[in-house]
Amino acid sequence: MSLLEISNVSVSFGGLRAVNEVALTVNEGEIVSIIGPNGAGKTTFFNCITGMVKPDSGSIRFQGTELIGMDPNQVTTLGIGRTFQNVRLFPNMTILENIMVAQHCRTEQGVWGALFQTRGFKKEEKEIRERANTVLDFFGTRLAGYRREQPAFVLSYANRRRLEIARAMATMPTLLMLDEPTAGMNPRETKELTQLIGKLRDEWGYAIVMIEHDMKVVGTVSDRVVVLDHGEKLTEGDYETVSHDPRVIEAYLGRPPEDT
Amino acid sequence: MSVDWSRARFYGINAGITLAFICAIGMVEAFDSRSVINPGLTLGIVALIWVPPLLAYLATRRKALEGFEAEPAGAQDLGAGALVGAISGLILVVFVWGVDALLEAGVAIRDVFPRLSPAMIEIVTFGRGLGAGLTILFVGCVVLATAGAALHLLSRPVRRGIEFGLLYVLAFSLLEPVVTDILEDNADALYARTGGLKPSAAAVIFLLTGAITAWTTHRDAPSIRTRYGRMDLDVQRRVTIAGVIISVALFGILPRFLGGIMNELLANIGLFVLMALGLNVVIGLAGILDLGYVAFFAVGAYGTAVLTSPGSPAFSPELSWWVALPIVIILATLAGLVVGTPVIRMRGDYLAIVTLGFGEIVRILFLSDWLSSSFGGSQGIRQIPGIEWFTGEIKGVDPERIFYMVAIFVLVAVYVSWRLQYSRIGRSWMAMREDETVAEAMGINTVTAKLLAFIIGAILASWGGAIFAAKVGSVFPNSFELLVSIIVLVVVIVGGMGNIPGVILGAALLIGVLGGPTQPGLLQEFQEYKLLIYGALLVVVMLVRPEGLLPSTYRSRELHHEEMDQDAWLKAGVGAGIDEEELAT
Repeated sequence: MSLLEISNVSVSFGGLRAVNEVALTVNEGEIVSIIGPNGAGKTTFFNCITGMVKPDSGSIRFQGTELIGMDPNQVTTLGIGRTFQNVRLFPNMTILENIMVAQHCRTEQGVWGALFQTRGFKKEEKEIRERANTVLDFFGTRLAGYRREQPAFVLSYANRRRLEIARAMATMPTLLMLDEPTAGMNPRETKELTQLIGKLRDEWGYAIVMIEHDMKVVGTVSDRVVVLDHGEKLTEGDYETVSHDPRVIEAYLGRPPEDT
Repeated sequence: MSVDWSRARFYGINAGITLAFICAIGMVEAFDSRSVINPGLTLGIVALIWVPPLLAYLATRRKALEGFEAEPAGAQDLGAGALVGAISGLILVVFVWGVDALLEAGVAIRDVFPRLSPAMIEIVTFGRGLGAGLTILFVGCVVLATAGAALHLLSRPVRRGIEFGLLYVLAFSLLEPVVTDILEDNADALYARTGGLKPSAAAVIFLLTGAITAWTTHRDAPSIRTRYGRMDLDVQRRVTIAGVIISVALFGILPRFLGGIMNELLANIGLFVLMALGLNVVIGLAGILDLGYVAFFAVGAYGTAVLTSPGSPAFSPELSWWVALPIVIILATLAGLVVGTPVIRMRGDYLAIVTLGFGEIVRILFLSDWLSSSFGGSQGIRQIPGIEWFTGEIKGVDPERIFYMVAIFVLVAVYVSWRLQYSRIGRSWMAMREDETVAEAMGINTVTAKLLAFIIGAILASWGGAIFAAKVGSVFPNSFELLVSIIVLVVVIVGGMGNIPGVILGAALLIGVLGGPTQPGLLQEFQEYKLLIYGALLVVVMLVRPEGLLPSTYRSRELHHEEMDQDAWLKAGVGAGIDEEELAT
């Protein structure tokens, strides 16, 4: 059984059909890229999966559970972690706290434990801290050391993106959804992040769905590429096939002028 | 850059209008009975004389961009200060003269402005007749304003020495009842028999505190706050615990030395600390703007009244206070759920308005004929017994023990909010306050998190209500007006939202000096002008220090984002945030 099975999902905003009958399957440990021109409905499709937008019709099954109708926090609890296109950290919390708070749905100590400082509470706090450090260590020197007690807003743009990925990792997902992870990064940072995405799958075992505009990134890491245009799935396949598909070229560049 | 004369003019006009306003609303006359320095200075005059120097000081202040030196102040600034004084003095003189002329002519201005009285004119002309008095007034304004501007000419230590010296003199004068209670007969050295500091004592206080402030400023010792911030986390923790123990010990002993009135004041402060701590959980930690907070206070008070009082109209089990308390807590929890559930899905302004409505609904329900058979309507519930204690019953007539009672609950509330703040729940509240959508996407159930904050706030308020009922001995619907919610909110905002010491300080300052909605503060003279001062204070704090007097780290980060961002870049070399490599590209 595949990890994520989406069939015939449609979303309309008023008269606009943002997503139209899109189907997608993601297997365990697979990296699937969603590409398409601006306004193709990629982010809306993403939001359907994570519960932030309710689709009009269709079905989204994650490990056999129907996701439609669930709140975003329930979806996250089931094991789907996400990042946002326009980085949305908790800017005034420290870097470490950003990661610690993301483990909320994996931990359970409540008022009682906090008030009486039970052994369970202390143990869990320690685990949360350790896990947060483990996740941050994955990013090497980039998010290392003294910086973890700094508020998140002091980070550079690229580091904010990294921290956002770290935060999604801290929710302990099976499926990681990255919305334009390399947007706004310079070529060197992009290259670094591309390798990182590969490592996320190989070392952490996540399946990854990502929206990406940088074709180099898409070509390097994707197992499969899905092309959306005007809310519809244009085609799907490996990068080579998709990138030479005339329909995809047309969607990006427009139809060449007809010879007369 | 030469002096900005138009700015001086603008400040002068403002100062003049402020002075005339203070006279017109009757503050001068009302405050005149209280002596600050005896003989020589009454609070009525103090209400006026702070205006010209302060506005002259502000008018001639120069702001330098970061990295630039401010231009040194010169003789021209004195001119600008004098201008501020002259304009304000002129406005005041014309105002007083005009009022006098109108009163003489028998125009009925007092029908509209009842406070424009001959007595007021007598005070501001120092009883020397119109001609001489107004001259003194005008010259005084010019001199004071020039002095205010002249502060810029002084070196920083001297300037701060003078500023703080004056503040301490004022503080000692205001704290007269407290100091007299503590020093008893020895207080005669400081205070005159008819009230107010003796001139010699005032001079000593001014010189002493001024010199100490000047000396510490001169040494440029880092403030306690920065030093605290630089400590290791372990040391910080120990220092905090030591601080808490010392203040608890201090407040444990203090009431022993104070008289009934001051203990009553302390108990009132304690009650508001309790409520402010609860509201702080709701607003400061979880970011839910609850304007109907008084509802939970009312539930606590009425719950206690019904359960303990033999005078409860319908249902009167006459339980002991301690037995009633857990039931009251359950009632508050239910109230939190009932109010919370419908409003919880709303955000921001909408939520504020709905909670505002709920707060009023609760009061109106208690007042209504419909429920008057159970809650007594406007008659309220009387004969509420005190709190049983090992040594007897604690009642409102014994404010010292009421204070200890309140203090215990405050300690519990501090502990609860402190522990919750630094736990998994506190972090989820914080995340929710920062960005609710993202918090939800990160797996936080915002509905339960908000409800929890609501309920904890409700429980803390209900404790306040329970003690209030036992203290006063009777509850009436009009004790639970919207004003209570607003004052608690102002306490939280002025003190420092999200920071426990800040909230306590806010309650001590506001409730202590100005007084609560119905409770008098240190200055009984303020009673009538309390709301005006509350409002003015709120405006000033929002403009000058929106994070509050003792801000929480998160609030200051939020409000001073850009500056800190910039600082981080500037300090990048010493390791504040961004790595050099990225700085270079």
